[in-house]
Amino acid sequence: MTVIDGSARPEADGESVPGAEGRIFNVAGGDWDEILSGLQESPEERIVVNMGPQHPSTHGVLRVILEIDGETVTEARCGIGYLHTGIEKNTEFRSWVQGTTFVTRMDYLTPLFNETAYCLAVEKALDIEDQIPERASVIRVLMMELNRISSHLVCLATGGMEMGALTMMTAGFREREETLDLFEFITGLRMNHAYVRPGGVAQDLPPGAVDKIGSYIKLMRKRFPDYAKLCNENPIFRGRTEGVGYLDLAGCMALGITGPTLRSAGLPHDLRKSEPYCGYETYEFDVPTWDTADSYGRYRVRLAEMYESLRIVEQCLDRIQRTQGQPVMVSDRKIAWPAQLALGGDGMGNSLDHIRHIMGDSMEALIHHFKLVTEGFHVPPGQVYAAVESPKGELGVHVVSDGGTRPYRVHFRDPSFTNLQATAAMCEGGQLADVIVAIASIDPVMGGVDR
Amino acid sequence: MTENVPALPEPGAGPESGGELIATRKGMFGARNGGDTSGYGGLVRRIELPGATERPLGGYFDIVADELEGALEEKGLPLEAISAYVVYRGQLTIHVPREHLVAVARTLRDDPALRFEMCLGVTGIHFPEEAGRELHSVTPLLSITHNRRIRLETTAPDIDPHIPSLFDVYPTVDWHERESYDMFGIIYDGHPGLTRILMPDDWLGHPQRKDYPLGGIPVEFKGAQIPAPDQRRAYS
Repeated sequence: MTVIDGSARPEADGESVPGAEGRIFNVAGGDWDEILSGLQESPEERIVVNMGPQHPSTHGVLRVILEIDGETVTEARCGIGYLHTGIEKNTEFRSWVQGTTFVTRMDYLTPLFNETAYCLAVEKALDIEDQIPERASVIRVLMMELNRISSHLVCLATGGMEMGALTMMTAGFREREETLDLFEFITGLRMNHAYVRPGGVAQDLPPGAVDKIGSYIKLMRKRFPDYAKLCNENPIFRGRTEGVGYLDLAGCMALGITGPTLRSAGLPHDLRKSEPYCGYETYEFDVPTWDTADSYGRYRVRLAEMYESLRIVEQCLDRIQRTQGQPVMVSDRKIAWPAQLALGGDGMGNSLDHIRHIMGDSMEALIHHFKLVTEGFHVPPGQVYAAVESPKGELGVHVVSDGGTRPYRVHFRDPSFTNLQATAAMCEGGQLADVIVAIASIDPVMGGVDR
Repeated sequence: MTENVPALPEPGAGPESGGELIATRKGMFGARNGGDTSGYGGLVRRIELPGATERPLGGYFDIVADELEGALEEKGLPLEAISAYVVYRGQLTIHVPREHLVAVARTLRDDPALRFEMCLGVTGIHFPEEAGRELHSVTPLLSITHNRRIRLETTAPDIDPHIPSLFDVYPTVDWHERESYDMFGIIYDGHPGLTRILMPDDWLGHPQRKDYPLGGIPVEFKGAQIPAPDQRRAYS
């Protein structure tokens, strides 16, 4: 931690810097006693602490600027933008399908939600929502719920670690690794899958996926209770989280907070229930809530949501088996990516049957393939908004088309971005150490915040 | 893209659908330089966003529109406070002139029959060819009480990029308006601290405007030059 502003020259300590109010102390290591004795000469001095952007407990490159009075935070502000990569602008120069490759990298802990939200928006703009095959929707739901578990696990793991509960971290990342193994098995990648595509998903589940997911569910059912045993009634954990990062329902509504933070304030608002997409209305699950509106409540909501996700995954498995062999991409050949991937002699690639078809049998198929790969499909001019319930809250995608083969504008309303605005409301007046807990309970991911 | 057009169209003409004209395009296949080798060089297309929808709007949109108009009348706001309703793909966009934006948003939030208590941020869009309405600012709203969704859309010309801030009505737009200012240069009047948020404070220009280049360098691959993404052929 360093006191901000001014130059880093040690001789500037205590000197007045032109343009600055009062004296500025620069601390880069050194003897705290000396610095403190310097401060005691004028106890009314403000201390501004710059936490981050490279602080290990700020979830990536989040910079929090704190004004402190002793151990009490009197003002808290966030500095963001350190991970801005211009993804929204970049999508405007790629085809609609290539967009999935970009948006999956926004919130890197919830790639499948980014992809699905984007694809739902593109499908709405194309007006092909009704044509999405059932199996594709089931696979999307399956992947999203697995992703919800892995995202919540990271939240619990890092949140616990920052409070000193290191076992939470080792356990959380161990379970997350199991989830990522499933992702790797199904999509080929642990993160940044680009698996969900406009019109369906990139490829069907590989053989043996149902068994693997089945044993995963069994394993998680055995391991999830450990988190509850470890934390629920742990006096230190409760002492650190209860009443910390308090934000009531009125505050949530004013600040546009969604997700576990809103549900920890007692409102069972969940887009999967209120505006079902991908067939969520046909699944049985509950929306867990809590009534304390604090970090402990958010932890309990997330823990309960992981069980609900397992319930949904179980229901998906039945449907996966029932829809075996059905298509996972729309039948419209003007939109559907023509090739399914298949395992060949030199690894995963376009299925050889498809190559044989376009090169040997059908000139039209070759033309279609060429046009879709080079140009992509056209989306009629207009704007649509699609939203999914990501682990962090409402992930909204606003898509504008000008009738071309590229998005005219893609905007992601990332829940981390909006929820992070609550930092000031949650931290001001609290202890410095509670800032860490409060921010961890928001679960921000800077890839999503900065995009 | 396959609709028939007159053999020799007037420049700037084309089939009119009564929508919002955002651009006029010539030719096809992205061939903009050099001679007309495609044979489509004379093709002129009007790119139009969906235009205003006549009542009835369908679904709960009519209830929202009736309640909103009634509430605005009670408040003594003129009819021009709502310039158009656009229903597209089952979603309602209410176009509001910028001078009435805050009053309309406040009504939408407070009226018990409307109760759009949740605002989902602000999005900027830049249409450089739409004279006098180059900058659009779109605000999606959600009513959890009634489970309804609508959008507010406001425009501002490039030469006067001012739009009133919704901060007083929905504090959540704080960062969203800063982002929209940062990316598009829309100035939200009344915002308590309209500074850049994602780009560095001393950055010049507003990166998501259409006149701001993406940048990038050509890449050589197996002897061929692959141009930078913004230099590649567009098929729009």
